[in-house]
Amino acid sequence: MKTLRRQSALRWLRANLFSSVFNASLTLVALYLLLRAAIAVVRWGLVDAVWSAPDGRACLAASQGAGACWAFIGVWHRFILFGRYPYDEQWRPLLVVVICIAVLLASCRRALWGRRLAALWLGGLIASGVLMAGGVFGLAPVPSDLWNGLPLTLMLSVLGLAAAFPLSIALALARRSSLPAVRALAVGYIEIVRGVPLVTVLFMATVMLPLFLPAGVTLNKLACAQAGLILFYAAYLAEVVRGGLQAIPAGQYEAADALGLGYWRRTRLVILPQALSIAIPPLVNTFIAAFKDTTLVTIVGLFDLIATAGNAITDPAWRGFFAEAYVFVGAIYFVFCGFMSRYSGELERGRGEP
Amino acid sequence: MSETAAPAMIELRNLRKWYGAFEALRGVSLDVARGERVVVCGPSGSGKSTLIRCINGLEPHDEGEIIVDGMVLTGEKRQIEAVRREVGMVFQQFNLFPHLTVLENLTLAPVWVRRMPLKEAQDLAMQLLARVHIAEQAEKYPGQLSGGQQQRVAIARALAMRPKAMLFDEPTSALDPEMIQEVLDVMVELAREGMTMICVTHEMGFARTVADTMVFMDEGQIIERAPPEEFFAAPRSERTRLFLSRILRK
Repeated sequence: MKTLRRQSALRWLRANLFSSVFNASLTLVALYLLLRAAIAVVRWGLVDAVWSAPDGRACLAASQGAGACWAFIGVWHRFILFGRYPYDEQWRPLLVVVICIAVLLASCRRALWGRRLAALWLGGLIASGVLMAGGVFGLAPVPSDLWNGLPLTLMLSVLGLAAAFPLSIALALARRSSLPAVRALAVGYIEIVRGVPLVTVLFMATVMLPLFLPAGVTLNKLACAQAGLILFYAAYLAEVVRGGLQAIPAGQYEAADALGLGYWRRTRLVILPQALSIAIPPLVNTFIAAFKDTTLVTIVGLFDLIATAGNAITDPAWRGFFAEAYVFVGAIYFVFCGFMSRYSGELERGRGEP
Repeated sequence: MSETAAPAMIELRNLRKWYGAFEALRGVSLDVARGERVVVCGPSGSGKSTLIRCINGLEPHDEGEIIVDGMVLTGEKRQIEAVRREVGMVFQQFNLFPHLTVLENLTLAPVWVRRMPLKEAQDLAMQLLARVHIAEQAEKYPGQLSGGQQQRVAIARALAMRPKAMLFDEPTSALDPEMIQEVLDVMVELAREGMTMICVTHEMGFARTVADTMVFMDEGQIIERAPPEEFFAAPRSERTRLFLSRILRK
């Protein structure tokens, strides 16, 4: 049995990697390059890395520039994660991150979908707001410009997508409406928003909008940016949802009509469940892109995860540890995005027989 | 026109329908009495599908009158929905809801449209599934069933609304030959129970068995309307004769 497997593996190698002299040499060159890269990464990240040092200079001296200086992360990880949020209160944003992840994990379980999950979301939202802002239950008040780092990134993207998704469904349905005025409004909105860069939308929302308001009325910058993100995401998601709607055969509409379901029940019970499950892969694609795009809020002065990392490497004692900071942040993004795409894969597999 | 004194279940008066410049229905009038079984046949493109799709408002008609159980079909939304609640429809392509189980396909409309309690709707659904000989498949999804089974589920789904009349739009045309009979058997049983039915079909054996009235359509008009004995033995029109000779040869 074992020899048989070994034989077939050999056959596979010959057929796919060493079928000709040219292919064999390509394989060898690629292997060599991969190995070199892997060795370099392991040496930099593990073998030659320095895990503790009093400051940046000492760390550089210890690693002689050959390895990563993880001591930097050891010192700065709390700043990168939570930014300027008062140090002694940082258990609050940490708890918010935990709540956020817990709510997201609960949302992944189909069995929980329904009223209870909506209640969980609402509870999570209120708890997060209270924890971040404080001012009640003896929690010290913390202004929103100190909400930095990971909790900010998570709040902007989770709340942004959670609010944009229902809005996008409404837009997609409006775009397919039989009423010309409704359709024109939806098309106009989607095309305008899609035709403008996110940076512009954020700038408009946080800088231009307050200029048009009467004197004395001030808007919270974070709330403005969040609103801008929601409106922007909604336009993109709407087109993805519309793609799903277009894949539903006319017979489904006719069957629902013939039973007397009417527009809203037909849409909610027959059309949307099918359209959204068809749209899962492009939806998750948009979710992942949107999650990473939240980092553009930096340009309107909000300190998300990327901004806090960028800030940490400007500290005089620890200047210039770009690679370490961005590998750390990159790993956090990778975990969230990787989870999203794995979950979407599971949803797709379960879609035929839910 | 109708022999019975009671008002007809379905009355069509001089129905006209255009698709752009093409006139699909050119003045069709037809009365269907309560409990009457009408089989409509004719060459493809003759307007027979359009005709029955007009009856429950899936296609809006342009001229003429449609009266279902005393309700005049005007094109007003609520009123179309009221008619649709009373008239079941079975499609050539089944059109079951693939994301719902067989049982859920049957309970959906009674629960959401008729406001029937779920338990009651499920009991009714199981009765109907037993009636179409498919009760053991209740928890499966439509994609797991054969064409014939799917079409029987579709019939049961329409019956779950307790309709006063049923429309069949070529219910066996998309089926493999060996599955046609199981669907026709269910339709024959339904006819025996006194359901008012309009069937568009080319199954002439079925038509002979159940039809009270045969209707032959061509080019958007009713060419001939007769009881089956007369219709098959001595068709009056040359076009009917030609059509029957083609279709009965197979």
